[in-house]
Amino acid sequence: MASLILMPALSPTMTEGTLARWLKAAGEAVSAGDVIAEIETDKATMEVEAVDEGVIGKTLVAEGTQNIAVNTPIAVLLAEGEDAAAADTVTRSADPAASASVAIETPTDPGIVEAPEVAQAENDRDWGETSEITVRQALRDAMADELRRDEDVFLIGEEVAQYQGAYKVSQGLLDEFGEKRVIDTPITEHGFTGMAVGAALTGLKPIVEFMTMNFSLQAVDHIINSAAKTLYMSGGQMGCPIVFRGPNGAAARVGAQHSQCFASWFAHIPGLKVVAPWSSADAKGLLRAAIRDPNPVIVLENEILYGQKFPCPVDEDFILPIGRAKIEREGTDVTLVAFSIMVGVALEAAAILAEEGISAEVINLRSIRPLDTETIVRSVKKTNRIVSVEEGWPVAGIGAEICTVAVEQAFDWLDAPPARVCGLDLPMPYAANLEKLALPKPEWVVDAVRKQLRD
Amino acid sequence: MDETPSASGRSNGPALSPETMKRAYRDMLLVRRFEEKAGQLYGMGLIGGFCHLYIGQEAVVVGIGLNMKQGDKSITSYRDHGQMLVAGMTPRGVMAELTGRSGGYSRGKGGSMHMFSREKEFYGGHGIVGAQVALGTGLAFANKYRGTDEVSIVYFGEGASAQGQVYESFNLAALHKLPCIYVIENNRYGMGTSIERASASKDLSRNGEPWGIASRKVDGMDIFAVHEAAQEAIEYCRAGKGPFLLEMETYRYRGHSMSDPAKYRQRAEVEEMRRTRDPIETLKAEMLRSGIEESVFKDIETDVKAIVADAAEFAQTSPEPDHSELWTDILVEA
Repeated sequence: MASLILMPALSPTMTEGTLARWLKAAGEAVSAGDVIAEIETDKATMEVEAVDEGVIGKTLVAEGTQNIAVNTPIAVLLAEGEDAAAADTVTRSADPAASASVAIETPTDPGIVEAPEVAQAENDRDWGETSEITVRQALRDAMADELRRDEDVFLIGEEVAQYQGAYKVSQGLLDEFGEKRVIDTPITEHGFTGMAVGAALTGLKPIVEFMTMNFSLQAVDHIINSAAKTLYMSGGQMGCPIVFRGPNGAAARVGAQHSQCFASWFAHIPGLKVVAPWSSADAKGLLRAAIRDPNPVIVLENEILYGQKFPCPVDEDFILPIGRAKIEREGTDVTLVAFSIMVGVALEAAAILAEEGISAEVINLRSIRPLDTETIVRSVKKTNRIVSVEEGWPVAGIGAEICTVAVEQAFDWLDAPPARVCGLDLPMPYAANLEKLALPKPEWVVDAVRKQLRD
Repeated sequence: MDETPSASGRSNGPALSPETMKRAYRDMLLVRRFEEKAGQLYGMGLIGGFCHLYIGQEAVVVGIGLNMKQGDKSITSYRDHGQMLVAGMTPRGVMAELTGRSGGYSRGKGGSMHMFSREKEFYGGHGIVGAQVALGTGLAFANKYRGTDEVSIVYFGEGASAQGQVYESFNLAALHKLPCIYVIENNRYGMGTSIERASASKDLSRNGEPWGIASRKVDGMDIFAVHEAAQEAIEYCRAGKGPFLLEMETYRYRGHSMSDPAKYRQRAEVEEMRRTRDPIETLKAEMLRSGIEESVFKDIETDVKAIVADAAEFAQTSPEPDHSELWTDILVEA
């Protein structure tokens, strides 16, 4: 049966074009793949190929015609044995719109589709008896517990096995779990991260240790484009249960390439969860939750905290919910919001402020994404002031997000503009005195609070 | 290193049975007709964005597919429609994803470059050049971790072979002796840049040599050669000997994507390829020589056309995804 050849769209944005030249004339036979015409768009001259075999019955558009809309009939293709008269029939009877597209069911455009309400994570409960352990020990124990609990969990990274971890976080794991499950890699972040993500897509549950989070940049494409997005792109078929962990932020005197906070980088990405433990309990409870989570979770640790001791519940079922902050110190005059090592700085600031008769509430975020906005907003409504404290840079940082939450959700309760305390907006210097000047200290927090109370 | 089979000659491999040849012919024709239809729907504005057609390269994926068994995994780049059809994914589901409809494999949320099937062990469909090589190495890692004899087929173009992660993956796969078959689909052009202008390595089949990766260069336009090489590579991997690299010398007839005017090569080059090396015509000639009757091809053609027409119809009538789909599948509910 004779059919119409329509003006094709030859690029994602093309809506019309010029028919520059006919390469086949009426009466000529064509087979699929033959070039029949040249079309000019604003970007290029493209060749139009026949998609079926037949004979060109007639051309409907003259050479040089401009602004031909996509889907306009440009020629008639006759099937084997048909004569030219059939061309006229099809041209007369065809409704171009109908032949171009079939009517489809399209939901009406609602303008904005709001995100559904997400249930807040359960509150942390009282886990009873605790013992003092280092953050390093807590992280190690969390991995050991989960490796014992689930055969699909394995640890992979540089120096995690025989060397026992560059920072000794994986001490003893090779001995207990063997080289199948505690795997040393070459220095090849892009490769081993991609490999681990691939394994996770099949349902295994890798823990990827970056010797420091700085090196995650080598692998960031797999974290964002492969791990975080595949669930969505696959229509929910293929999740990626994986943990990316390692020390984040400044250590001491290691210079610009090894001293930076990645909280804001990763918190930006839908499809990822991001946690940042401060204490040993945070470290153990959050890492266990991260390993069990069916989604990719970034665990931002801190090298300086590794050796610090904190009380940690001894209950063997101890685990923390991802998405819940913890109020480390209650107060009534100002809310200090911090994560990771800055929780300690905020607590020190709160102690100094207390001596001046100022009562500061300190929130340890624990999770950066999802962010526990409920706890932040409730606190601000009580204290009427908020100061965020982070080690990372100020521009588009976590503090900017926290202050926005306060303004959007508790504006009428605020007695002062929200304030941010951040690391200075510069690459980390090496010199001891300069490095000290670049990182937030309790005095900066105290100053920010005093200013809020004064103004 | 094996010698390269001549362009038109048969390899020395085992002949295929009439039934296998019919299956191969049918699968290659399905891929070709499917892609032609996709090109047509793109021209009508029913498929958007990027759309990379597989036309010309059919022998590669079909020849390898003949040697795969249940549980074997595969992964590829954005030129993925052929791989999906050979993995056993339905033409309806693939075409409906191309048109962005709820009946698509990703319910319209992935598109041409991002499609997956857990059931068929097809792991995408990746839009970042070379990313699938490291991911595919991970699929092989998972096979080994679980102690199965399943293999992972990792397709990438000669363009991707310039990516660093490809060689990081080679190293990891060789270190761990992973059951991974790396298939370089060398179609000569990485978008508009010819291999001569992109690679200092003139023989890509040797790119795994520093890691001791076994390899072969194969006439990727010849289903017999592909089948025979794939059989060797897959057996090697199943036996636990480590990764294998196959360089398939192939050719794409169409542009890199639908919006490629293909000015970097001569029309005559494409014509010459189609005329003398076409994988479907080459197989058909061999089948006719072996005594298979002309009517068989007509029947297959009719059958394939009906399947593709049905897929296109489905892809145009399947509704667009519901608005609620916007917010689903971002995270798995913990």
